Amino acid sequence: MTAQADVRQHPSGSTDGAESKDPQPTPATPAAPPSGTGWTAVCPLAKLQPERGVCALVDGEPVAVFRTHDDRLFALHNVDPFSRASVLSRGIVGDLGGTAVVASPLHKQHFALESGVALEDSDVVVATYPVRVVDGTVEVGSP
Amino acid sequence: MNARTVVVVGHGMVGHRFVESLRRLDTDDAWKIVVLAEENRPAYDRVALSSYVGDASAEDLTLDEHSDPLVELHLDEPVTAVDLAARTVRTAKGRDVAYDELVVATGSVPFVPPVPGRDLDNVFVYRTLEDLDGLRAAAEKAVSTAGAGRRAGVVVGGGLLGLEAANALRQLGLSPHVVEMAPRLMPVQVDEGGGALLARLVSELGLRVHTGVSTSSIAKDHRGGLTVTLSDGTELDASVVVFSAGIRPADSLAREVGLEVGERGGVLVDERCRTSDEHVWAIGEVAAVKGRTYGLVAPGYAMAEVVAERLTGGDGRFTEADLSTKLKLLGVDVASFGDAHAATAGALEVTLNDPVAGTYSKLVVSDDAQTLLGGILVGDASNYETLRGFLGEKLPGDPMSLIAPAGDGAVGVGIDALPDGAQICSCNAVTKGALVAAIASGEATTVPQLKACTRAGTTCGSCVPTLGKVLASCGVEVSKALCEHFSQSRAELYEIVMATGLQTFSEIIGQYGTGRGCDICKPAVASMLATLAGGHVLDGESAVLQDTNDHFLANMQRNGTYSVVPRLPGGEVTPEGLIAIGSVAKDFGLYTKITGGQRIDMFGARVDDLPKIWQRLVDAGFESGHAYGKSLRTVKSCVGTDWCRYGVQDSVGLAVALELRYRGLRSPHKLKSGVSGCARECAEARSKDFGIIATETGWNLYLGGNGGFTPRHAELIASDLDTTTLVRTIDRFLMFYIRTADRLQRTAPWIEALEGGIDHLRDVIMEDSLGICASLDEQMARHVEGYADEWAAVLADPDKLERFTSFVNAPGTPDPTIEFVDHLGRRVPAGMKDGQPTDLAALGLGGVPITDGARIPMGAPA
Ligand SMILES: Cc1cc2nc3c(=O)[nH]c(=O)nc-3n(C[C@H](O)[C@H](O)[C@H](O)COP(=O)(O)OP(=O)(O)OC[C@H]3O[C@@H](n4cnc5c(N)ncnc54)[C@H](O)[C@@H]3O)c2cc1C
Ligand code: SF4
Ligand code: FES
Repeated sequence: MTAQADVRQHPSGSTDGAESKDPQPTPATPAAPPSGTGWTAVCPLAKLQPERGVCALVDGEPVAVFRTHDDRLFALHNVDPFSRASVLSRGIVGDLGGTAVVASPLHKQHFALESGVALEDSDVVVATYPVRVVDGTVEVGSP
Repeated sequence: MNARTVVVVGHGMVGHRFVESLRRLDTDDAWKIVVLAEENRPAYDRVALSSYVGDASAEDLTLDEHSDPLVELHLDEPVTAVDLAARTVRTAKGRDVAYDELVVATGSVPFVPPVPGRDLDNVFVYRTLEDLDGLRAAAEKAVSTAGAGRRAGVVVGGGLLGLEAANALRQLGLSPHVVEMAPRLMPVQVDEGGGALLARLVSELGLRVHTGVSTSSIAKDHRGGLTVTLSDGTELDASVVVFSAGIRPADSLAREVGLEVGERGGVLVDERCRTSDEHVWAIGEVAAVKGRTYGLVAPGYAMAEVVAERLTGGDGRFTEADLSTKLKLLGVDVASFGDAHAATAGALEVTLNDPVAGTYSKLVVSDDAQTLLGGILVGDASNYETLRGFLGEKLPGDPMSLIAPAGDGAVGVGIDALPDGAQICSCNAVTKGALVAAIASGEATTVPQLKACTRAGTTCGSCVPTLGKVLASCGVEVSKALCEHFSQSRAELYEIVMATGLQTFSEIIGQYGTGRGCDICKPAVASMLATLAGGHVLDGESAVLQDTNDHFLANMQRNGTYSVVPRLPGGEVTPEGLIAIGSVAKDFGLYTKITGGQRIDMFGARVDDLPKIWQRLVDAGFESGHAYGKSLRTVKSCVGTDWCRYGVQDSVGLAVALELRYRGLRSPHKLKSGVSGCARECAEARSKDFGIIATETGWNLYLGGNGGFTPRHAELIASDLDTTTLVRTIDRFLMFYIRTADRLQRTAPWIEALEGGIDHLRDVIMEDSLGICASLDEQMARHVEGYADEWAAVLADPDKLERFTSFVNAPGTPDPTIEFVDHLGRRVPAGMKDGQPTDLAALGLGGVPITDGARIPMGAPA
């Protein structure tokens, strides 16, 4: 018999400061980014550190842009639907079961970079945006 | 239902257990229980009494309260008379209480031999919390007037309790002498060979042993101390004397009413624990079962169970008792079990005496050398629990091989070899079979769960390590894997990183893990690298590994803003510093609050403002407080000798020095410390991971405390240390913790999980039992030398500064999602959380802001 410690479960006190003791809020529906056309420049690709995100203002919405180790780019709406704080770009990027994810820095739920779906609750989805690189500059498009 | 009444006289350990057992078995609520107790507090763990001079408080020792409408507990109301015919008892408050059944559980009283001077002040016995309070007060007084020399204390009696008492004196700062009439210490438990080694081992601990002599007299000397004269003419100067010369059953009540008593005292009962009156029962140390009394708690518990069964229609019987004992004295192992003195006809003794290693082991076996009858272990009793399990059972191998040191052809005794009937916890009579059943049913997969569902390990605690072994032998193994990317535990990974000298996460996961990592392993490895390789946490690849708090060197709050905490070493701050902090808070619109760690937290800072805020703070002479890191937080202090009339050492000076020494040290979890300038402990040092309390002659060091979800008191690891030894010991403690703890495991559970607990820790960091101290010292020296303020470094590095912006493509644009509101004079994030705000009107404060007069200054964000 083996009681496997559930490594995905963050035990109490796993994060510091008031946030870790806060009750986990129920997720809100993600803010729907306005649709439009055109692309917004974010930053030179060289400024985008692999496996870390930045936040850009796209049509007035905060958008998190990530670059993975294999140089793929992803963009998600920056608001963490669980905490409603605009923080996803500041999460840790990694993989879970082979899926590239970002962990919310507040309560550590994981969102698939490709689809925006929360691994902990597939009903919760963060909006995704198209990303491209033009002349060495990262650009985010309308969803 | 018409409840009948059972009156219990005495609320000691056994009386308490009886109440619990009866309430458990009496499912029909047929009995109302009235407990009349002499002591002014509810039952406490007398077995652990000695820890009261160490780190346990009276509350820690208190046994579970009976919260049950059918139980009445009257404290401070001893029974003074019994009327057997009328079935009533009279209490000292003059009350008469009628009973249907009476249970006498009055325990024992310490035996004080008729030595002249035994009634003098500062002469104590060692049985109750009150006794220890008196002893502590006297010892403290003696220590505080001692001047340069150390004051002595004399313990009369060299048995198990005498040695505990001697150790208590030592912890209280006195030099203990032990006077034992028999030719050796612990004469009941050990033989001559074991006694000789024991005397040597305790002498090494600083106890002075006088065997084969008795105490002739105690007299006052002219300086207010005591002179103890021994039968061989020796005179000992002492500040206190403790009698621990055995116990006598507290059977006076029974004698007065004519209940039969045993030949050597104790209320005579049969194996049902019934006295000569059919409505009166006796249990615990006061009972003489078929003439024999028992001075241990386990037999008492068994008797409590028997009577509870009898009162609920069962047919419990007290048969025989396990008299195994283990000395719980700091650092010296002594265990004795079964027929230790080979009294059984034909018994054989197998002895192994190794004076060099300081161990003595003896097994007593049946004449065919097949069955274990008893044994004595001195110096190393690590096999005690397992060997005890074989009592009366067939041995799994040749007796000598069981006590031979490892490597000498020893087979050792594995838990697997133990029969199901083997008793693992003798205090609570829990067999291996019962534990295995609890594990197999899935009820328990951890030691705490096993304790909760079987009661094993809840009394003296000596069997707790064995519980872990039973779990392991059942194949229950909690995966130690750090996360899905690393199958190693944090400690194993640390070893690997230390041994290989790898300096980047990519290399480490490439060679020893799988995948790309996640929010568990990345910060964990970043923390290891910080303590091994050093360097700035935002250097190169290291930056992407950090949790957001470390990434922005500030604490993220619930709306995505950050809080900022400059370091105030030891809680010291100058008026200029206060003004600087105040003006920064004002200019950036930050909410300020004093933290529990004696510093000032500024809330509501936007990412973009962090560098500007820190520039101001660094210019004013502040540095990062690392409130964001899993690292040393604060060393809290009281004012100590500087200002306090009680202070005996400079607590502020030490706190500042320690905070500066360990600042920036990354660790598996946050680390907190405190320093108090005297035993009054105003800095609450014992609630810290490492707490220091000043003594007349040095510092007492306590390890493994914490507040938080599961508060813990730190345990004393060493007393009266000089400052150099103190700092060295803390250095090693911290580094050993950093190397071997699990991720997010604070020091208390870490120590608990160490096999051998705090004693093992003491061996490792004070005796260098693992031979790693030089390396621990060297690693700490590197940390101290390599320290640099993280914020100053960021401010000096444009690359690092770049990340402090809300939007890469619109630097300077504030994040529109961040809003604040004024809530009763407090600046808080917009969007209230459930449960807020506190309804001040309900508290009779009618909506008046808590802060009186001037409101908390809140400038508009700069
Ligand atoms: C320092 C120390 C260390 C010990 N270590 C161990 C150990 O390691 N292992 C072990 O097995 N045992 C140990 N013991 C012994 C163990 O504590 C006792 O066996 C156990 O407490 C006995 O329980 P009891 O209820 O019979 O007596 P007690 O716990 O003494 O309780 C009796 C209670 O009855 C009260 N009382 C007395 N007279 C009256 C009256 N007339 N009316 C009302 N109340 C009355 C007393 O005040 C007392 O509170 C130790 C004891 C001491 C003192
Ligand atoms: S702990 Fe002692 S020295 Fe420190 S403030 Fe309290 S009484 Fe004074
Ligand atoms: S043997 Fe004492 S608690 Fe288990």
